Amino acid sequence: MAARRAVSSLLSRCLYASPKTLSPSLLPKERAHGSAAGILQRFSTVAAVEDPIAPSVLVNHTKLLINGQFVDAASGKTFPTLDPRTGEVIAHVAEGDAEDINLAVNAARKAFDEGPWPRMTAYERSRILLRFADLIDKHNDELATLETWDNGKPYEQAAGIEVPMVSRLMRYYAGWTDKIHGLIVPADGPHHVQVLHEPIGVVGQIIPWNFPLLMFAWKVGPALACGNTIVLKSAEQTPLTALYVAKLLHEAGLPDGVLNVVSGFGPTAGAALASHMDVDKIAFTGSTETGKMIQELAARSNLKSVTLELGGKSPFIIMDDANVDHAVELAHFALFFNQGQCCCAGSRTFVHERVYDEFVEKSKARALKRVVGDPFKKGVEQGPQIDGEQFNKILRYIRLGIDSGATLTAGGERAGSKGFYIQPTIFSDVKDDMTIAQDEIFGPVQSILKFKDLNEVIKRANDSRFGLAAGVFTNNLNTANTLMRALRVGTVWINCFDIFDAAIPFGGYKMSGVGREKGIDSLKNYLQVKAVVSPLRNPAWL
Amino acid sequence: MAENGNGSLKQGFKIPEINYTKLFINGEFVDAASGKEFETRDPRTGDVIANIAEADKGDVDLAVKAAREAFDHGPWPRMSGYERGRTLYKFADLIEQHIEELAALDGIDAGKLFEFGKAVDIPGSVRMLRYYASLADKIHGETLKMTGEYQGYTLKEPIGVVGVIIPWNFPSMMFFLKVSPALAAGCTVVVKPAEQTPLSALFYASLAKEAGIPDGALNVVPGFGPTAGAALSSHMDVDNISFTGSGETGRVIMEVAAKSNLKTVSLELGGKSPLIIFDDANLDMAAGLASAAVFFNKGEICVAGSRVYVQEGIYDEFVKKLITVAENWVVGDPFDPKVNMGPQIDKVQFERVLKYIEYGKRDGATLLTGGKPCSGNGYYVEPTIFADVKEDMKIAQDEIFGPVMSLMKFKTIEEAIERANCTKYGLAAGILTNDINTVNRVSRSVRAGTIWVNCYFAFDADAPFGGYKMSGFGRDQGMDAMQKYLQVKSVITPLYNSPWL
Repeated sequence: MAARRAVSSLLSRCLYASPKTLSPSLLPKERAHGSAAGILQRFSTVAAVEDPIAPSVLVNHTKLLINGQFVDAASGKTFPTLDPRTGEVIAHVAEGDAEDINLAVNAARKAFDEGPWPRMTAYERSRILLRFADLIDKHNDELATLETWDNGKPYEQAAGIEVPMVSRLMRYYAGWTDKIHGLIVPADGPHHVQVLHEPIGVVGQIIPWNFPLLMFAWKVGPALACGNTIVLKSAEQTPLTALYVAKLLHEAGLPDGVLNVVSGFGPTAGAALASHMDVDKIAFTGSTETGKMIQELAARSNLKSVTLELGGKSPFIIMDDANVDHAVELAHFALFFNQGQCCCAGSRTFVHERVYDEFVEKSKARALKRVVGDPFKKGVEQGPQIDGEQFNKILRYIRLGIDSGATLTAGGERAGSKGFYIQPTIFSDVKDDMTIAQDEIFGPVQSILKFKDLNEVIKRANDSRFGLAAGVFTNNLNTANTLMRALRVGTVWINCFDIFDAAIPFGGYKMSGVGREKGIDSLKNYLQVKAVVSPLRNPAWL
Repeated sequence: MAENGNGSLKQGFKIPEINYTKLFINGEFVDAASGKEFETRDPRTGDVIANIAEADKGDVDLAVKAAREAFDHGPWPRMSGYERGRTLYKFADLIEQHIEELAALDGIDAGKLFEFGKAVDIPGSVRMLRYYASLADKIHGETLKMTGEYQGYTLKEPIGVVGVIIPWNFPSMMFFLKVSPALAAGCTVVVKPAEQTPLSALFYASLAKEAGIPDGALNVVPGFGPTAGAALSSHMDVDNISFTGSGETGRVIMEVAAKSNLKTVSLELGGKSPLIIFDDANLDMAAGLASAAVFFNKGEICVAGSRVYVQEGIYDEFVKKLITVAENWVVGDPFDPKVNMGPQIDKVQFERVLKYIEYGKRDGATLLTGGKPCSGNGYYVEPTIFADVKEDMKIAQDEIFGPVMSLMKFKTIEEAIERANCTKYGLAAGILTNDINTVNRVSRSVRAGTIWVNCYFAFDADAPFGGYKMSGFGRDQGMDAMQKYLQVKSVITPLYNSPWL
């Protein structure tokens, strides 16, 4: 309990991001270093990457998990999963394609149609999920190590925040299992009407690489709580932790076939899952481009229902009453957290003209102090980007930003000479029509834009094809209330950012997606609604 | 019947050592301020099990003060719902480690079946606690649809200090029926267990402390109704009182709540629940269910199906089967696994049951079976069935709280509904038929808080439970129970330039 409290306070301290209370472990020790020497010294930490810290964990699970068994791909093929610190191979992983997806869906279908999972009591299902949560806690550090190795995110973030959030989410969903209620609805005539919320069936889930375990929890938690069976395709960049926790889930008592994990690529395994005729639902988190394809495949096959959690270009709006130091810290965190690889990254920083200059200056200083280096090293804030493709894409966007006339205020280059590290980068004087203000970059590139008044910033903030999240920084209640309703986004964080409680629904407006994850709303994604109507003879009341 | 009332005591069973006999206030076991004690007895023999510290007004004051302090300044309502839930889960795990001992405590203190306690009462209590542990982070207020340019929302806040007064028939279940949702909501609690059965409640207090429930958040003060119970109900610093017990006491509690600080009240009181058996019912199932509905737990259960209405087409055959089942109902030591029914709780109840049996005979009902005490020591009564009972007889009107069934014949569905509702109570009802139209109609027509169709006693943590009419108000169990322990606060602020309303 004490350990848990420490974790939760670490989490809230980090995510509320009040500069005075930020967790020291997630901040640079040399806060005072704003000088060029300090910068050099800091970037020199990247030199440590030349000799990356060896992770203290074994990779035990590299095969597909189908019907409770670890098996090779039917084709026998494997693909390498790489260490983003070096680009070197961590392990070769079985590569699922259409045939393996077929086997996995068959197993899930059988487990749903005939197996014990949807037929046991909700209390029994909750007990299995609770045991799973305890096992995650028990293996917290191993899971975090594996996550950092495969993904490149700071180990302290994985071990102190993300893995504990996975067990927390599992406990949350365990609690819903026996509280899934339909309504008894009033009828216009003499009829008795019950609404049953039934599990939807076999669920396909495709998750991204930026938060491999958390995305696993967001997807698997509600689907299992509702009594469904699952085929999950992990991202090809980060297949390791999904296999590890899936094994723990079986240890906790999950029946065979209820959760199948197929590692593989989108065009093969992902497409096969999205277009499978025996899959009743597909849930996807990833890019908008891929989300469109998934919806299309679902439409062309069996009209399976779809939830999509896609990209964003989320505004972070700093009003003129803001405490600039606090705003700088929060805006910095909103963008740079997780190497900028967050769908809800606050990537358009709108700053009121009265505080703009001070804000840009201080943001620059903060970015220059950001500690980039081996994510296993204590005190490191930013690790490498996930892979070469993302790394090159981000550098391309930085070039586009410079070419379009934005002011490069900080960073702009790769960091070090090995792996996929990029300097914390800030563009100021960014205009709405620049590509860097429109596209999701998914990297450590902050765009700062200037605004004059509230109506203007509402209009500009909403002038995006995305609508995932927004940050609002003001102490003015009326301004906060106006922005809260005017912004067409799924989450508005007021004077905070990236608060991701289990109970808070998350999802997008517009091209940021369809449906909501987490919270009670997430259960709807995984339930069919059945109305049962029968006549009433001589009812005592209607 | 005499051979059923074997009454033999299981000498082999080791009675657990009684470790907790003091009041539990602010995280400590303490003597009563007065130094007084009372005896708790084994209903199998009437022997004293232990002397228990006897709380009265002064002790209740101390307990409420501790609960008040824990609520106003302590960590319990200030930690996250998740953390409260985790603490309650730990509490549940600790209880699970002591199932046998706790079932034995309820066995010796309440005369309850030991095997049943191990299989149902204690695991059911654990299950209840886990249900609410996981509800602690699922208490939702709502954002509102205001008529004007306003932003409105509701906060569901813990109500504060909750007083809990529980009966002796299910000492463990009743404890967790009330305490689990109150703690999950973030309230602090003062529990007065029944003077007949203080042992398991004190054990639970010690486990709560071990689980990490902060001092003062849960206090247990054994004592008597007129002293401790009255002090709790009339206390100016108690925000809610939740009571399960008799109708008479319920009235008193509501009255003192009204006279003191208008604290909110919920009452789960007596019943005289009908079990309606239609012509198409399976007779074996019907005989089994009807017997269980009234003889289970010695008839000491508020939802006992004590009025059995049988449709005329099957009446005669049903009665034959029923008598066979009743006569095979084994009365004896509750620690004997073969036994179906132990002794009544105490001398008062024992004599009350026998008195009602006399009323039945006097008023002209036909005694089909039973009607006598069983031989031997202790408070054993034979399973008793009266036929030809009329609604105006005392045995058909009053809650007897013993193994006494009133059997009645009916002709039509309309008649069954009318007679089933002919009671001042409205706690539960059973319906036995496979006719969907009959089920739908009777379910809506009988004015009772729970309807069991082709089953009985199907309690569930998720199924709300409570009474209509003089069976009380408010609901235990399910999400509804949380509402008793929550205040609703509306927060409203003007909106400027909202793009939608």
